[in-house]
Amino acid sequence: MLDDATTDQPMATLPWEPGVSKPDPILVVDGMRRAFGGLVAVDVDHLEIQRGIITALIGPNGAGKTTFFNLLTGFDTPDRGSVTFDGDPIDNPSPHDLAKRGMVRTFQLTKALTKLSVIENMKLGAKNQRGERFFSALFTSMWSKQESGIEARADELLTRFKMDHMRDEYSGTLSGGQRKLLEMARSLMTEPRLVMLDEPMAGVNPALTQSLLEHVKGLRDEGITVMFVEHDMDVVRDISDWVVVMAEGRIIAEGPPESIGQNQAVIDAYLGVHHDAPLDPEEEEERLARAQREEEEE
Amino acid sequence: MTGSAAALEAGSRRSWRLLALFALIGVVLLVPLEGVAQEGDTIVSQLRVENAEGERVGVEGIRLVVATEDEVEVGEGVSDAEGLFEVGVPGPGTYVVTIDEGTLPAGVFLRDPTRTSVTINVLPGQPGRALFALSPTPPVDDEGTVLGGSLGFSGRALAQLTTEGLKLGLFLAMAAIGLSLIFGTTGLVNFAHGEMIGWGMLMAYFFNFYGFAGAFGFLSGLPPPFGGGVNLIFAIILATIFGAGLGYLMDKVVFGPLRKRGVSLIAQLVVTIGISIFLRFVYLFAFGGVPRFYRDYTAQSGIEFFGLVTITPKDLVTGGLSLLILIGVGVVLTFTRIGKAMRAVADNRDLAESSGIDVQKVIRFVWVSGGALAALGGAFLGLSEVVGFNTGFRFLLLIFAGTILGGLGTAYGALVGCLLVGIGVQVSTLFIPTELKNVGALAVLIVVLVIRPQGIMGKAERIG
Amino acid sequence: MIDWGFIFSQSLTQAIDFNAIAFVLAAMGINVHFGYAGLLNFGQIGFVAMGAYGFGLTLTWFGIPNVFVAVLVGIGFSVIFALLLGIPTLRLRSDYLAIVTIAAAEIVRLVARSTPLRPITGGAEGLNQFIGPFRDLNPFNASGTYGFGPWSYRGTQLFVIILGWILVAFVVYLVWQLMRSPWGRVVKAIREDEDAARALGKNAYWYKLQALILGGVLGGLAGIVLALGNAAIQPDFFSAPQTFLFWLVLILGGVGRVWSPVVGAVLYWVIITFIRNLGRQLVSAGYVPTTVIDTSQIDQIQFWIVGLSLALLMVFRPQGIFGSREEMALDAR
Repeated sequence: MLDDATTDQPMATLPWEPGVSKPDPILVVDGMRRAFGGLVAVDVDHLEIQRGIITALIGPNGAGKTTFFNLLTGFDTPDRGSVTFDGDPIDNPSPHDLAKRGMVRTFQLTKALTKLSVIENMKLGAKNQRGERFFSALFTSMWSKQESGIEARADELLTRFKMDHMRDEYSGTLSGGQRKLLEMARSLMTEPRLVMLDEPMAGVNPALTQSLLEHVKGLRDEGITVMFVEHDMDVVRDISDWVVVMAEGRIIAEGPPESIGQNQAVIDAYLGVHHDAPLDPEEEEERLARAQREEEEE
Repeated sequence: MTGSAAALEAGSRRSWRLLALFALIGVVLLVPLEGVAQEGDTIVSQLRVENAEGERVGVEGIRLVVATEDEVEVGEGVSDAEGLFEVGVPGPGTYVVTIDEGTLPAGVFLRDPTRTSVTINVLPGQPGRALFALSPTPPVDDEGTVLGGSLGFSGRALAQLTTEGLKLGLFLAMAAIGLSLIFGTTGLVNFAHGEMIGWGMLMAYFFNFYGFAGAFGFLSGLPPPFGGGVNLIFAIILATIFGAGLGYLMDKVVFGPLRKRGVSLIAQLVVTIGISIFLRFVYLFAFGGVPRFYRDYTAQSGIEFFGLVTITPKDLVTGGLSLLILIGVGVVLTFTRIGKAMRAVADNRDLAESSGIDVQKVIRFVWVSGGALAALGGAFLGLSEVVGFNTGFRFLLLIFAGTILGGLGTAYGALVGCLLVGIGVQVSTLFIPTELKNVGALAVLIVVLVIRPQGIMGKAERIG
Repeated sequence: MIDWGFIFSQSLTQAIDFNAIAFVLAAMGINVHFGYAGLLNFGQIGFVAMGAYGFGLTLTWFGIPNVFVAVLVGIGFSVIFALLLGIPTLRLRSDYLAIVTIAAAEIVRLVARSTPLRPITGGAEGLNQFIGPFRDLNPFNASGTYGFGPWSYRGTQLFVIILGWILVAFVVYLVWQLMRSPWGRVVKAIREDEDAARALGKNAYWYKLQALILGGVLGGLAGIVLALGNAAIQPDFFSAPQTFLFWLVLILGGVGRVWSPVVGAVLYWVIITFIRNLGRQLVSAGYVPTTVIDTSQIDQIQFWIVGLSLALLMVFRPQGIFGSREEMALDAR
């Protein structure tokens, strides 16, 4: 694809090493660390996310991907570390603040708001709504005009995501894949510059996977930066322009998708350096703690 | 109808209601009503004192002696649970009624210590009324010095109140274990836990006055422990067993099925509130609104330790027992199979389930043992404070304060938190009026949430 | 004999009396809290008390004989109470708010009735010397009786009832308008999933605080209506179980519907008045022996019904008596 070639170009010359600087980073992470009790879940020295491309974040189970995601999106607070988003340093960000700045996320377990209709879900995403302020809300005339504009935009997006036929259904009636689509469409209502997708393909039936993938690529074509966590390597190879690999809380490799399969550190991380040896008690403990934490996070 | 007769009738009606309460748990009751009808002229008195809530409560077990003007004793009697006292006199005339100061229970004082006897005229057909003003606080003289050998603001007072607080804290901690474990294993905050505590004190009261077999009218003639009332020690053991039974029923009939139906935790929370309200007003119906004391061990003189603190033998025994039980619970949680299973379920339910633990069985066990401990704690609290239909709810608020202070869901945190709340509540009476002592604890609860929401023992994780 | 006519006319009278109005307002507050924003407020009676005392103290202790100022102070008291409870707890799990509200409501009652505050709050007796300025505004003949069919009220009552229902109409409109606005959408989204709302740029904490204040103010207004209707403020009326009468009213009508507090409160007062009066008459006519129950205990039995129905409705008909199951089924868990 022509688009691919153009967006890939600035990346083509970069060395394939962890923490490499990018020509035009939208997000820069420095010295971020998060420990739970004694267990260090995330310890990232430096990471830059290039603007306008699709970056995949991969890694074996318990590598700290979701925690890292939560830290970046303000759902968890790092013990230390700094983040720069689009040139602005952001300290102790709250999720809603980041969303207002143009960073929006989705969740591994979709958060469709089941008792709101699909269209209400969509309209919720829009930013700077006058009617969301208590005293303006009291007077319909203060917000009705803006509301119809938002509704038009929402309908447009629903049509694009081929969900216009379910516009007035409760989102609780949607299938898992449809919920993923809705969540993605809803996040676009915030007019983001950076979209963070947490396992966008998890639990989606294969028939919908392709359409979801196309939508993700569509975001990039609109100039939106995408970062996503994914397990399925086929998906990663298919849509990502750049891949970041995490293991045991650290970034162990970076590079274009085709480079990753050859990287020794990645192979070791996925297979385990001593993958034949039984788990020692300490490790087992660690995994239990992780499993527990992940559950809490859900 | 005269006032005293009405009051007497109220008393007998109350015992009926107490029995109705028992009937609710499926025991058919017939009980002899003790009619204390007096013929002719009488002297009546009602001995009441203000409790922490500011309600006037009858004081039981105070002996009054009635004599003629020329000091010939014509009768004596002891006030009943309502604080009512009634004794017949030979005829109209002037009598002297003397209060036996030795029978005043702990925490009850004569407002005027010099006024131990009153002279009254009994008119034909009209009972004479002997009035004694009682006070929950030791009498104070004109300079503000506390009379009657009691405490002022001093190191001694601090030591005494800390001891009292420790005792209260131990009872609260024992009653709190169930709340904490149920929260840990099921995620449910049980607002009916206060009524489980109240259940314990009411059952102990019931058995103490009516006995095990006394519940069945035809057996009431048997000697104790079967008929009449049983000794409080035995009554408390029975109350603990019935507490376990209530815990079992709560899980078996209500919360087990709700979990199975997949009812949300929020909905279950509202259900615990519904049960709490229902039980509390069943208690009110059965027991009446006036707080009362057990029959045994109500008035005890204290033993002095190190010249600093005075502790009554009952407090020493119940406090010590609570400490032992708390240690026992710790041992069970740490070393036994069921204890480990409980902690496993509390840590991670799914993981516990997949490793072969019967989660429902563990939860059932938690309810049963939590119910037993709540009842035991309630019975002890009833002994050291007062038995009332809503006392359990008042203690529940203190327990909430304790568990949040210690960290909701952490067993040891609940223990430490409850001890601190107990001591804080008692010691605070040095600075604030007694009737506001619980307010202080609840205010601390809010302050803790501002400063350190995970509690002093909890880990800072996943908040916000 | 049982006087059925009296029982029915009492039930209908109570159905729209000031108590019912106060229940509508307080339950509407819980509806905003729980039904729309998902906040567990187990201490609504504390807000009611704050409203009542704020109102009463302005007219007595502050010595401002102006009813409107008093109403504003009553509202202000509930707002402060909401801030006090909300700021520490709204970032935490929802059950913390439940515990703190129930405890705080008890604090309010205990402090209000305490002896040291007797010169201000009237202690356990409460306040009863504040009604004058309000009575002066009454256009109806205070000693006259006004009636229609089974309904009959004294002039003083009628004034409270008319003002009260106007207030209810206004509040119903207000809540309806808010809940159909984007503000309501955010609040409902937070109830469904706080994190989703936050990820979309909504400051969940701030919206929850706003909802807590709004519902608390409605509770405060309920307190003012009660103070006016009773011409007295009695601290022990504000005891913890009262809150759950409001909860029952809300659940009777159906959680999360604008009209449910109105339907629930009227229904509740009809049922409870009917049961009370029937019970009293059964006892006094000798159908039920006083050894089993006496008239003063009939009122206790209403709490049995309240407790049981609260638990049963919550499990079996959370959508209320008239609601449909459909919407509720969307989140089985």
